[in-house]
Amino acid sequence: MKNHVYRPLIVVLCLIGLILIARIFYVPKDFGVHERGYMYGWYREGNTEDWTKVAVKYQGEDYCKGCHPDKYDSIMKTPHAIIQCENCHGPAIEHPSNPQKLAIDKSRAQCLRCHASLPYPTSGRAKIRGIDPEKHNPDIECVMCHNPHKPSLEGLK
Amino acid sequence: MINRRDFLKNTVKGIAGITLSLSAIEIIDPQKIFADKTDKSKVRWVFLVDTYKCVGCGFCVKACKQENEIPYDANVTRTWVERYVITKDGKFFADTPKGARDGFITGKIDLGQGKFQDIKKEDIDKAFFVPKLCNQCENPPCVQVCPVGATYQAPDGVVLVDRKWCIGCGYCIMGCPYGVRFFHPVYHTAEKCNFCYHRITKGLKTACVQACPFGARQIGNIKDPNDPVTKIIMTERVGILKEEYGTKPQVYYIGLDKEVK
Repeated sequence: MKNHVYRPLIVVLCLIGLILIARIFYVPKDFGVHERGYMYGWYREGNTEDWTKVAVKYQGEDYCKGCHPDKYDSIMKTPHAIIQCENCHGPAIEHPSNPQKLAIDKSRAQCLRCHASLPYPTSGRAKIRGIDPEKHNPDIECVMCHNPHKPSLEGLK
Repeated sequence: MINRRDFLKNTVKGIAGITLSLSAIEIIDPQKIFADKTDKSKVRWVFLVDTYKCVGCGFCVKACKQENEIPYDANVTRTWVERYVITKDGKFFADTPKGARDGFITGKIDLGQGKFQDIKKEDIDKAFFVPKLCNQCENPPCVQVCPVGATYQAPDGVVLVDRKWCIGCGYCIMGCPYGVRFFHPVYHTAEKCNFCYHRITKGLKTACVQACPFGARQIGNIKDPNDPVTKIIMTERVGILKEEYGTKPQVYYIGLDKEVK
């Protein structure tokens, strides 16, 4: 074979070799076929652990109870006991250090999530006491009269 | 002319081919997943939604977006709640304004493009809410189409996305029959519900399950016979979405209706 044929051939082979060597360094050791085979289980195993390290933000009512047992106990006696503290008070994250203060959602829209009357016969929504937001004091916030920690009508402010 | 050897060879191949394709179209069987103890993993996460209990408050969507750092005002979400209203004259409406992040606070159906449909109370035949999330399919089509191995099924059944590996081609978003995938507005990689993987692996409930005041959402391990979710799936009438696709979804629903797709 002539020189001008196999000289570029050597260049191409060297390039392929380089790519293969680079691949050894670039592709992580844990990347490959795992339990579910090539079709479903071809991945970098370390990523599963990465996902478990994401920070938890919603800590749950037991976390709140630790420092605010009075608030916890009082709301537990009301129908609002089923609502997590953080649904209105926002995610605790690492409260009290971060954030030091939680932003409470006292908006009308927050109450209307459940208490805007929707007469849906095949849903639990129909069983919740509700109002027509367009007719029931449309311009003021619910918390002006109602106490969300004592939602019964005796709790009216 | 075919000789005897080739004829026998082809017959064996043919039979193997036929049995293989039959097993591929086999419909879902929770009993089988429950009974499969050969698997190394002792956990197989499944989800149970009771649509009778859902009131459409949207606390699940709000909690999910904040827990999983999905930009709050971007119109993408890992989970959402759909409203279905079927009227007495046979008409059918469905909507999910902002994925129900702010709940359903009006009876008017959002038809899109700024149009709303008012429905009178006496015209309603059936109306209910259906929470949606990733089905963590046993045969996930989104995983099959990923060209780089960025999305995969973890040994406990949850389908995860490797943000470092994802090239953003969007095949998985097109491949998911349930439309649960989207591009993360910040990372520009494929994003989806992963059953709050960081929470369930620590023994916590998912953010949506914890936020639901009515117990409409539950998460469980179908390989644990004492798990209350497993007991319900095994003994009560539950449905799944788009069974005909053969994806074997692992989010089970109580109270599904034919309108729900």
